[in-house]
Amino acid sequence: MPEAGTVTKVFARPRSLTDKHFTYCPGCDHGLLTRIIAGAIDKLGVQERTVIIAPVGCAVFAYEWFRCDGIQAAHGRAVAVATGLKRANPHLIVISYQGDGDLAAIGTAETVHAANRGEAVTVIFVNNQIYGMTGGQMAPTTLAGQRATSCPEGRDVRTMGYPLPVAEMIATLAAPAYVTRQSLHDPRHVAQATKAVEKALRYQVEGVGYSLVEVLATCPTGWKMPPAVAHQHVADVATGTFPLGDLVDRG
Amino acid sequence: MADRQLMTGNEAMAEGAIRAGCRAYFGYPITPQNEILEYMAVHLPKVGGAFLQAESEVAAINMCYGAAAAGVRTMTSSSSPGVSLKMEGISYLAGADLPCVILNVARGGPGLGNIAPAQGDYFQATKGGGHGDYRLIVLAPSTAQEAAELAGLAFDLSDQYRVPALILADGMLGQMMEPVALPAQRDPASLPPKPWALTGAKGREPNYIASFALDPTVLRDLNLRRQARYREIEAREVRWEETATEDAEVLLVAYGTMGRIAKTVVRRGRDEGVKVGLLRPITLWPFPYAPLRALAERVRAVLTVELSAGQMWEDVRLAVEGRCPTPFYGEMGGVVPTPSEILREVKRHA
Repeated sequence: MPEAGTVTKVFARPRSLTDKHFTYCPGCDHGLLTRIIAGAIDKLGVQERTVIIAPVGCAVFAYEWFRCDGIQAAHGRAVAVATGLKRANPHLIVISYQGDGDLAAIGTAETVHAANRGEAVTVIFVNNQIYGMTGGQMAPTTLAGQRATSCPEGRDVRTMGYPLPVAEMIATLAAPAYVTRQSLHDPRHVAQATKAVEKALRYQVEGVGYSLVEVLATCPTGWKMPPAVAHQHVADVATGTFPLGDLVDRG
Repeated sequence: MADRQLMTGNEAMAEGAIRAGCRAYFGYPITPQNEILEYMAVHLPKVGGAFLQAESEVAAINMCYGAAAAGVRTMTSSSSPGVSLKMEGISYLAGADLPCVILNVARGGPGLGNIAPAQGDYFQATKGGGHGDYRLIVLAPSTAQEAAELAGLAFDLSDQYRVPALILADGMLGQMMEPVALPAQRDPASLPPKPWALTGAKGREPNYIASFALDPTVLRDLNLRRQARYREIEAREVRWEETATEDAEVLLVAYGTMGRIAKTVVRRGRDEGVKVGLLRPITLWPFPYAPLRALAERVRAVLTVELSAGQMWEDVRLAVEGRCPTPFYGEMGGVVPTPSEILREVKRHA
């Protein structure tokens, strides 16, 4: 017990975060996930070796939020950039932060082949089932029947395909060390997602190999839902299409 | 490896790159440049470099973007259709001020075209190709020897100005074997430091690399600074070769494989008493406007010869600005004109 009159710090901003304000909408899970990643970098003590790769999309500024070296990649190519960085300098800890349009539509080839090579990088995949930055169009992960500006009557799977199960697809490959799907819809799941991000990063530090952490996230603006309702939607609906849990752990 | 080798133009560029300190190569198979990919697969790991066959040209150029950001000399190679795929990545490299060397062993086009030598990619190489206001340093070798040397120069200029450099070769140069006196091996550790590179923010503030700036005045100023570097390159780095220009009445302008054939035309023409000379641009950007303009003051005609419908021809006419007639002779689709055909054309203007 601390003595009366003293203050004990039990919670602080991660050292690996800069003081820049996030550009995310209120209630969006990107900010929380950014903080979780920064905490994992702190915990593993790799801030001075880490390079953050920002995608095109809502996280386009991600490289400015970490007190780490950072780079902005072309749409869909973040993990190819990660490959170049890691191959050129294997000492670096490389984190590729990507949304669903980036990773699972325009960057599908890069995603699959980096995973299949077992590139020793950490891929954080934000699955919020919509294109947020461009105004709420249909994403490869948009749920069946879900409305978006480019599918105003809802996603018709007969003509627009099914929500892409990225974690399950990557889990079929032989090379990945760790493939998991997490969520941020309540404190218990935030704690689990934090552990998953830490494990993925630790596997890179220890040289175990490639990790993909898919994170179900909210887009209250794009979904047109208040933040609390959006989190309930993740729990009740999104997890039905995208079940949570570890799919591969070869650590 | 011996310092004098019989090698193809493709191999000469690959070995020239390794000797210049290239330590990361990413490529994808496409004819007629496969020997570069294959040469790098064998030889780059021997010097501790990273070789990777990428899943596409798109991935390969973005891997270069990552390796360049890490501060390592990096290269990719391809041929015309593959270079088209790299254009987005090249624009990002230019926008992020990253050095990188790109080899285009060009083939007949457009579309799938064929695998025969052509020069139809001049516009793409020198006038943009990708989006935005940017320039590439563009070098055009005409022999295997020059290919090996320009590979090294491409890395040096690209690093010095933080502008990507492209070597525009063609299928004939890539496949042809010649003796090459190889440049000296350079230790990457001896190259000038890159304090902007992403090496981990240890004992310094983080480094950021991006081609992104939402504020229009910020993006304008980034562009203005880049344009100022382009003006510096134009002032300092123009390279060209002149053959028999002193008393020339007809001046040929040709680069790369056509430049080499044009040399034969000059020799045969002179044997027949035709006063023909040659200006061969070595840098296609910056283009040798000033030396060409000076020669245009004293010749009867400037005849551009290209393996295209007349792409460099536009730069030639910009240089000459009406000082004399500027006829054109070209072939397309992989057809290469013979010295006799070109000499016949020279005589029409003598």
